[in-house]
Amino acid sequence: MYRRCSALLALVAEAMALRTLASRKALVAAALGGARPLSAARGVATFALPDLTYDYGALEPAISGEIMQLHHQKHHAAYVANYNKALEQLDAAVAKGDASAVVQLQSVIKFNGGGHVNHSIFWKNLKPVSEGGGEPPHEKLGWAIDEDFGSFEALVKKVNAEGAALQGSGWVWLALDKEAKKLRVETTANQDPLVTKGINLVPLLGIDVWEHAYYLQYKNVRPDYLSNIWKVMNWKYAGEVYENATA
Amino acid sequence: MQGCRSRRCSKVVSYYGLITPPYKLDALEPYMSKRTVELHWGKHHQNYVDGLNKQLATSMFYGYTLEELIKEGYNNGNPLPEYNNAAQVWNHHFFWESMQPESGGSPEGGVLQQIEKDFGSFTNFREEFICSALSLLGSGWVWLVLKREERKLSVVCTRNAISPLALGDIPIMNLDLWEHAYYLDYKDDRRMYVTNFIDHLVSWHTVTLRMMRGEAFVNLGEPNIPVA
Repeated sequence: MYRRCSALLALVAEAMALRTLASRKALVAAALGGARPLSAARGVATFALPDLTYDYGALEPAISGEIMQLHHQKHHAAYVANYNKALEQLDAAVAKGDASAVVQLQSVIKFNGGGHVNHSIFWKNLKPVSEGGGEPPHEKLGWAIDEDFGSFEALVKKVNAEGAALQGSGWVWLALDKEAKKLRVETTANQDPLVTKGINLVPLLGIDVWEHAYYLQYKNVRPDYLSNIWKVMNWKYAGEVYENATA
Repeated sequence: MQGCRSRRCSKVVSYYGLITPPYKLDALEPYMSKRTVELHWGKHHQNYVDGLNKQLATSMFYGYTLEELIKEGYNNGNPLPEYNNAAQVWNHHFFWESMQPESGGSPEGGVLQQIEKDFGSFTNFREEFICSALSLLGSGWVWLVLKREERKLSVVCTRNAISPLALGDIPIMNLDLWEHAYYLDYKDDRRMYVTNFIDHLVSWHTVTLRMMRGEAFVNLGEPNIPVA
């Protein structure tokens, strides 16, 4: 237990070292975007922090620029760095045939990999008002929402209720059940991706309800964060995902 | 347990109240800001108390002590609805009392001896405490507990609202690792928050008192009776 802890501390130290390299989002992308020579030589793919398609301050007043910058440059970047490191360690453990090390790495991989997957979707779920954020869904997705929830307002109410009731850290999702061909509202704990709730679930929209996603601005009032985030929701993206999945 | 059931008697109602921390709200600065303590105690902790009282109005747990509620409500890993609020009320109260202004450093006497016995050295304990806190994924708490079966001190992490009480151990000290506990002061830097807690805030006086009480339940060996 103690030895594993030191290894983890080294991992955190490296993640922090990588973080101090960056001060602006462009620099962050440059620092973490390229394949690292060492891993490329061993053949392990590395993941990169995706860029936002809007400025950090562009989602105000729904989400503050301070939160967006921290959330992207610190939290998401840390998930990416730790995920890459964990995959390297996994690669080494598999090569050595160290079965217990492989199993022991699973929770770190699920947490950091899930964090990377979830946040990558999250940035695409948001859009500045000036670029269409907040515009309600139309056509196929709009009709499906009316059919499965009664109305758009009913869906928003359900998502807000489940998001507010979630204990601890996690996500609330609008999901498409590909097999049942129905929309569902789901929650996942910590950084568990949506697929952990059902192999046929496709994430259309996810809302991060970890406290880091809203605390600086909304403090303990998570319901206010939830009711405001709809103003910058990118329904166009959700609609595209829905149409591709139901094509 | 429930008040008078007869419609002719007036129903006796009791409820849980929020206890004030044993220091002024700004006393933990600069390691924990007044703003954080005001919000954490005045809003988060208060909300848990209010939520618990609301649930207890119509619950079979009305009249239980908090400890009983936590142990029964945990329901062997399948917590009942009242568990979360009850445990968080208890955990946060325990947390405020685990801290003291201008404290930290290292313990003395019996507590130090026990730590050295169970961790090798105080430095080892400190490192393991910090390390455990950093390896907790998500929200939760890190504890120093006295383990009943093993009869030794141990550092454990629990997720969300899970309490060592429910797991049968004796809590000695805890640290809140939910993001609301440190985000305003430290943003994502959990390491700095934990380090400041163990170096400057943890109340070894309280730890000593809790250890003394814990020794009434766990046999830690023959006492060292000094020769006159």
